[in-house]
Order: sequence, then structure tokens, then C-alpha cells
Amino acid sequence: MKYLLMICGDESAAEHANDGCGGWSEEMEQRGVVRGGAGLAPATDATTVRVRDQELLLTDGPFAETKEVVGGFVLIECADLDEAIEIAAKHPAAGYGTIEIRPVLDGPPPDAH
Amino acid sequence: MLPEDGPPVADDGSPVQAEGVADDGQLVEEAVGRAFRDEWGQVVATLIRVTGDWDLAEECAQDAFATALERWPRDGIPSRPGAWLTTTARNRAIDRLRREAVGAAKLREVAAMADDAVPDALEDQEDVPDDRLRLMFTCCHPALALEARVALTLRTLAGLSTAEIARAFLVTEQTMQKRIGRAKQKIKNAAIPYRVPPAQLLPERTPAVLAVLYLLFNEGYSATTGADLVRRSLSAEAIRLARVLAHLMPDEPEVSGLLALMLLHDARSAGRQGDDGQLIPLEEQDRSRWDAGKIAEGTDVLEAALRRREPGPYQIQAAIAACHATAQDAGDTDWPQIAGLYAELIRFMPTPVVKLNQAVAIGLAEGPAAGLLLVDELVASGTLTDYHLLPATRADLLRRAGRLDEAAAAYREALGRASTDAERAFLRQRIEETCPPASGPFVGEVTDDGKDAEDDRDQAADR
Repeated sequence: MKYLLMICGDESAAEHANDGCGGWSEEMEQRGVVRGGAGLAPATDATTVRVRDQELLLTDGPFAETKEVVGGFVLIECADLDEAIEIAAKHPAAGYGTIEIRPVLDGPPPDAH
Repeated sequence: MLPEDGPPVADDGSPVQAEGVADDGQLVEEAVGRAFRDEWGQVVATLIRVTGDWDLAEECAQDAFATALERWPRDGIPSRPGAWLTTTARNRAIDRLRREAVGAAKLREVAAMADDAVPDALEDQEDVPDDRLRLMFTCCHPALALEARVALTLRTLAGLSTAEIARAFLVTEQTMQKRIGRAKQKIKNAAIPYRVPPAQLLPERTPAVLAVLYLLFNEGYSATTGADLVRRSLSAEAIRLARVLAHLMPDEPEVSGLLALMLLHDARSAGRQGDDGQLIPLEEQDRSRWDAGKIAEGTDVLEAALRRREPGPYQIQAAIAACHATAQDAGDTDWPQIAGLYAELIRFMPTPVVKLNQAVAIGLAEGPAAGLLLVDELVASGTLTDYHLLPATRADLLRRAGRLDEAAAAYREALGRASTDAERAFLRQRIEETCPPASGPFVGEVTDDGKDAEDDRDQAADR
């Protein structure tokens, strides 16, 4: 099962940008659960894409009008949601921000055709 | 090999023994109804484990019960209805998977489920975390919204219809259907594991299970559907699962607290209803009909839990129930103690229903005026507007304060909101008692009520 961990935080999370992950990355690499990931540029650099009635709508900034935005992501592969929760809870960002766990769909999305 | 659509077979391969062909259609319907209450959760839980498909499990369980209605009149009621139903549901699942051309490996897996894997619900298997417990923890997974956990448990484990659950939670059937559907989707898509969590996760996973078990118990204790007031097996089911939980988690006093609470309530259930099914208020109940064994067990379990000195809402509620259960008669009830316990409970559960119960206790400890003060506060706050016990409690306090006209009006308001026949019958009787006869003397009524005030109480405190 693949999950995307979306590392979220508000503006104050930016001060943690260069903290590193306190051994989390090394541990998870060793466990072999990490499939990819990266930190992201600030949300002020984000562009949100929507198409409504065949019209392309672009918004400057993050997708939601919330204080918390995605600051990074990790793609993991593990047994089930309980293990994904355990992995996410160990990430230092869980202590100051939030981590949203999203299951990754296998193959093409169901409505692709 | 298993017959594709043949009669179910027992562990030893012989046809399931029939107790005798029932020529009475009503008898069979009753047997199927009983089996539904006793076996539904087990059948669904086992089918989910075997097929991994929640919707398929439910549909096949439903089919199995429909088949029972069709076959039991002809073939007789099987000696082990649970095993018969599970086997029939399993065979149905194999048919369905075959038709839907599911991979051969999955089919073999389901077909390989030997008949001895069909649990006998009649046996007490408290040492083995059974499929129902697995289903319970999965339904109560914290990644699901609380309201979804409750709804899913009542649907899959207790077999309540979506309509019944919708009514219990005051939402439309469509909303409830969506809620349950979304929960099942999330379990599947997010791969929530179907298991009893490992030991280190149990402490954080337990409170959600307890909340759902208590709701399940209450569903059995005071049913939401019309005349069917006491769906006893749901309460028994909740107690059985609570025993398994208490056995699994001996260091969790709240689990024991919940078990004690349910035992102490359940002990009084025989005295709660008259022969015609009418509700009997606590103070009028024949206490010799209470189950002394359950009261003793409940107080023992509670005392052991309290010795750990980690109080919690279930232990406090059990202590309140113990005050009632161990009082010699209604007049012997320690109302100041109960009022104090409610004050403690409000620290953990500051809900309007708890405040209403505190008002009842204070009304009996300090007099109806003190109780009315609290009830009127609740009325003013605009909560519990659909809850018939709010006007019913107010009516009781008014009656005891001698304000009979206001009391009758409040009883009528409660009557309009009551949802079971027994509750309505109880309220109608109260209205009759409260309304003074047109030509009769009025003064005597007031005096009588004043005299009775000390040992009178509303059923609200019985919840």
C-alpha cells in the first residue's frame, strides 16, 4: 500500500525548514518504506489549478484558504494505515505542524476513461 | 468440496441436524428473528475476514437470512443457526465471486474456509478474540469520524437497519447511508487493517470502542423502534464484548467500569417493564425481580476498578448505578451521594443529558424547586429540544412541587416527543394521574404529591 505523507504547517513552520528530520529519514530509508519525497518552496510560490465549465482557473497561492499549507511530501509504501500513522507520527513535523496521510491510487484513476 | 448451492453441512460433513420441521410459520419467523439478533454480527464479521469485502459480506449475510426464512419452514430450524447462516452466506459469497469472475486465488481462499472455521456463537469463547472483536476495533478505528464508527458498528455488528440508526441519531436515512458508505470506502481505500490492534496501540484505541459498546448496550436496553422496547440480545452482546475487552485489557479500569455499568443496569431490566410492556419507574419497581447475581458481579468489578484510583466517566456512572442497585428500597436511595457523583461526572462529560440527570438527583436530594432551577436553565439554553425526557423531567418536578396544571402541560409536551409505545403509555398514565378530576377536590392531590416527593424520581436518572 502506498501513501503520500503531506507535511503541513503554518508560517511558523518555515523556521524549521533547515532542521533536518532528526534521524527520521535515515530510519525510514533503512526500513525501506520511503519511495520518494521532497521539501517544497513556500506556499506564496504556489499556483492552484482548477477547470470549471471547461475554463481554466488559476489561483495564486495554495489550494485552500487555510493557514496550514503543504511544505513537503514523502511517498511511502507500507503494510496498512496503522503503519503509515506510526511512520507519520514519528516525523518531527508532526510535533509542530500536521501530516496528512493520503492513500495513493493504484494504476489509472477509476474515472480515467 | 463444498456444494455450490446445497444444504449447509456441519463440522463433520453431515447435514445440519434439524430440530424438527416447524409447521408454524410464526415459530420460524421468530427463530429467524432471534438468529438475526444473535448471529448477524458474527456472520458479517466472519465473512469480512474471509472475503475482505464489507459490502459483499453484508449482502451475503442478508441473503443467508432470506434463505433461512425460505428453508427453515421446510427443513426445520437448524440446531446451530449461526453455523448454518455463516455457511450459507459463505456459499453465497463463493457464487457471487465466481459470477463476477474474481481471481481463482481469492475463490480458493474463500472456499478453503473450512466449516470448523465457522464459529459457534453459542459457545463462550472469551479467551479467543473473535471476529466480532476484530470487526469492533476496525469499525472504531480513530481514522474514522466518531459518528461513522458508531453507525458502522450498529450496522455491521448489531445489524440495525440504516433507517433505525438514522432515527437514533436524528438524521435522514440518506445522510446515514452516505455516512456508512463513506466509512466503508475509507476502510478499503486507506487500508485500515481488519484486526485487533497490537498491545501497544490498545490504550489509545479503547475509548472509541467503549463509547460504541455503551451505545450498543443502550440500543438493547431501550430500543428505538416502537413496541420492541427491549432488544435484549444487543445488551447481552455489548456485555459479552465488554467482558472480552476487560479480559484483554485488565489494566484499563474504564473497561471494567463500563462492564460494571452495563451489568448493574442490566440487572434491573426484569423489573423495568410490566407484563404489558409498560415502563415502571425505578421507585415502583419490584426489587426482588432484580438479578442479584449481576448486581454482585457488577459491584465486584466496579470495586476492583476503583481500587486503581484512575476515575473516569464509566466508573462514575457505574458508581451511580450501584447506588440504585444496592438500595434496599426507593426510600433508602442515597440521593445526596448520587448528586455528588453527577457533579463529578460533569467534570468528564459536561453534556446536557448529564446535567438533566443531575437536576433529577438534586431534585430528590434537596427538593423539586432546586431541581426545577437546573431544568429551567437547560430549557432556556435551547438544547435537547427533541429529547422527550427534558419536558418529562420538568413535568415530574412540577408535579411534585404541586404545580399540576403546568405539570400536565409538560407531560403532554413530552408525549409528543416520545418515540416508543412504552414511553407513550407511561406518559399518558402520568397525564391521567396529574389532571385533577373536573369535579374532584384539588387540595388532596397537592398534599399527596408533597408526601411522595422524597422517594419519587423520573426515569431520566435511569439512563
